[in-house]
Amino acid sequence: MNATVLPVRSAGGWQRRLSNLMYTRRGILLLALLAPPLLWFGVVYLGSLFALLAHAFFGLDDFTGQIRYEFTLRNFVDLLEPANVDVAVRSVTMATLVTLSCTVLAFPLAYYMARYCSGPQKAFFYVAVMLPLWSSYLVRLYAWKMLLAKEGAISWLAQALHLQWLLELILSTPAIGGPSLSFSTLGTFIVFVYMWLPFMVLPIQAALERIPPSYLEASSDLGGRPGMTFRRIVLPLALPGIAAGSIFTFSLTLGDYIIPQVIGDSTMYIGQVVYKQQGVAGNLPFAAAFALVPIVVIGVYLWLARRLGAFDAL
Amino acid sequence: MTAAVRLDRVSCVFGSAGREVRAVDGVDLRIEAGEFFTLLGPSGSGKTTCLRLIGGFQLPTDGRIWIGGQDMSHTPPYARPVNTVFQDYALFPHMNIRDNVAYGLMVRKIDRVTRHRKADELLELVELSGVAERRPGQLSGGQRQRVALARALINQPQVLLLDEPLGALDLKLREQMQAELKALQRRLGITFLFITHDQHEALSMSDRIGVFNRGKLEQVGTPQEVYNAPATRFVAHFVGAANVLDGDIAWQLTGRRSATVRPERIRLGKSEGARASGLVQEIQYFGAFTRLRVQVQALQLQVDLQSQEGALAPDAGSTVHLHWDDGAVTELAPEPAG
Repeated sequence: MNATVLPVRSAGGWQRRLSNLMYTRRGILLLALLAPPLLWFGVVYLGSLFALLAHAFFGLDDFTGQIRYEFTLRNFVDLLEPANVDVAVRSVTMATLVTLSCTVLAFPLAYYMARYCSGPQKAFFYVAVMLPLWSSYLVRLYAWKMLLAKEGAISWLAQALHLQWLLELILSTPAIGGPSLSFSTLGTFIVFVYMWLPFMVLPIQAALERIPPSYLEASSDLGGRPGMTFRRIVLPLALPGIAAGSIFTFSLTLGDYIIPQVIGDSTMYIGQVVYKQQGVAGNLPFAAAFALVPIVVIGVYLWLARRLGAFDAL
Repeated sequence: MTAAVRLDRVSCVFGSAGREVRAVDGVDLRIEAGEFFTLLGPSGSGKTTCLRLIGGFQLPTDGRIWIGGQDMSHTPPYARPVNTVFQDYALFPHMNIRDNVAYGLMVRKIDRVTRHRKADELLELVELSGVAERRPGQLSGGQRQRVALARALINQPQVLLLDEPLGALDLKLREQMQAELKALQRRLGITFLFITHDQHEALSMSDRIGVFNRGKLEQVGTPQEVYNAPATRFVAHFVGAANVLDGDIAWQLTGRRSATVRPERIRLGKSEGARASGLVQEIQYFGAFTRLRVQVQALQLQVDLQSQEGALAPDAGSTVHLHWDDGAVTELAPEPAG
């Protein structure tokens, strides 16, 4: 037998000592891996957020327009002005409707992807859902502007199908209508739904994928008709996915200030008010106070979702 | 009397033309009411597909399935009077144990008080009264198995389908559950259709066994029939250990063209009157018995010797003389040419 014994690497060299140290003290390795993201999250993200929120409790000097670093609740009193309440209510209503529509549109697609697709077909659907995210948000937005415009593709199609009366009827409906789709609340809504749909499809699809087929078979075996199986098994188990998706669609809609500026009548949403106050008006404290509104709304929403058991199946 | 389950030339084909897999291939089967019937076969032999056909999760490509005298070939699972204990148990993770067991009543719109009372009764039957409030994730494998059993029994099915329910349990627990399942079946009088690839399980629990191979039933019979008189060489090999003899040596040793002899039916003895003699090649000790591999001409025969006090197994390399009774030999159909 020709036994060649590999020489044990002699202890020495700082690399060796370092790797030994990391092997014996796992905490050091963990710290080294987690420190950069934690610093980024803690200092840059949370730090800037708290700095912004702290501004909500300062005021603006009426004469100089400079920020006065004195504690005041005046911004919050101003928030309760009817015009501002109006903006908040409109934004939350829009976010809610967008979220509901995204859920209804995304669920069948996600269900099909999770239950019936495999191989190339599944890849096709993944790409189809995510493809819009590969191009710029602004490009897609202006593409929709062209689709929805008075001389755009949709009104051309309505004309070709002799359905112009239907389009006019919709546009003449108060609250959602306007001179053309691109200048209507309905247009804003359509584009919001389009923009955030992928963020709803993917979490629901992931949640549905985790449900073993045997659960559905067991339900059916025990006498559950398809509707019952859907209500009692599929929906409760998909709820964490729906909740995750709705956090995306809801908060993205609440915070956006570009879509309603490009498409829609000139009514304001929270994002636009924050943008204008801190930019044109230079009233950073009031902008900060208004920025608190979506944070509070989403906090309440998450608390409610938890109370209703949306995360029980996690 | 009508059979609990009857399969009439049932086939189930997967895949499209060109790459077809006949998972179940023209199976005829009759399971009597109150029977403990086991489908035994290696993985991929079609036994699970057969159970899924009866449960309604798979529809037959061909043939008819009768349950309790009614043609249910294309009836959806929720309308069939059978219930299933799934291999992975398939307990609903978002419901507690009581609601899991009561599920079959809940979907039938039975009121809460009644269904909870029934669920508690069944949990008592499987000796799990203490865990009604817990979630499936908090139970052990053996407990989950019992919950799955209770849940499948709550609708009082005509036939209970069990898809390798003991596969995930360790040996001790498995043996205990085998005995309990058998006792439960006797007590309830429900027809059990049990699926397993474990021959010991099949032999020890069943009233009758159907041995599956490549989508076909090779033999249906009592455990004794299947073990003592295997109909095919596959059954001889799959159920228990077997010496299968073919050709000249079969003729020489047994007077038949093809035959099988169980290792435990062979004894060691004197050279006079011995059926065969050979060298011991290998010795394996199994506790209850010792298995010898004896080279007889070109053939290696397995011989199982019961462990007895004071009895010593021969050493490897020694010559032994083999004896067996005529009744130990079962004739087989000759091996197909090629």
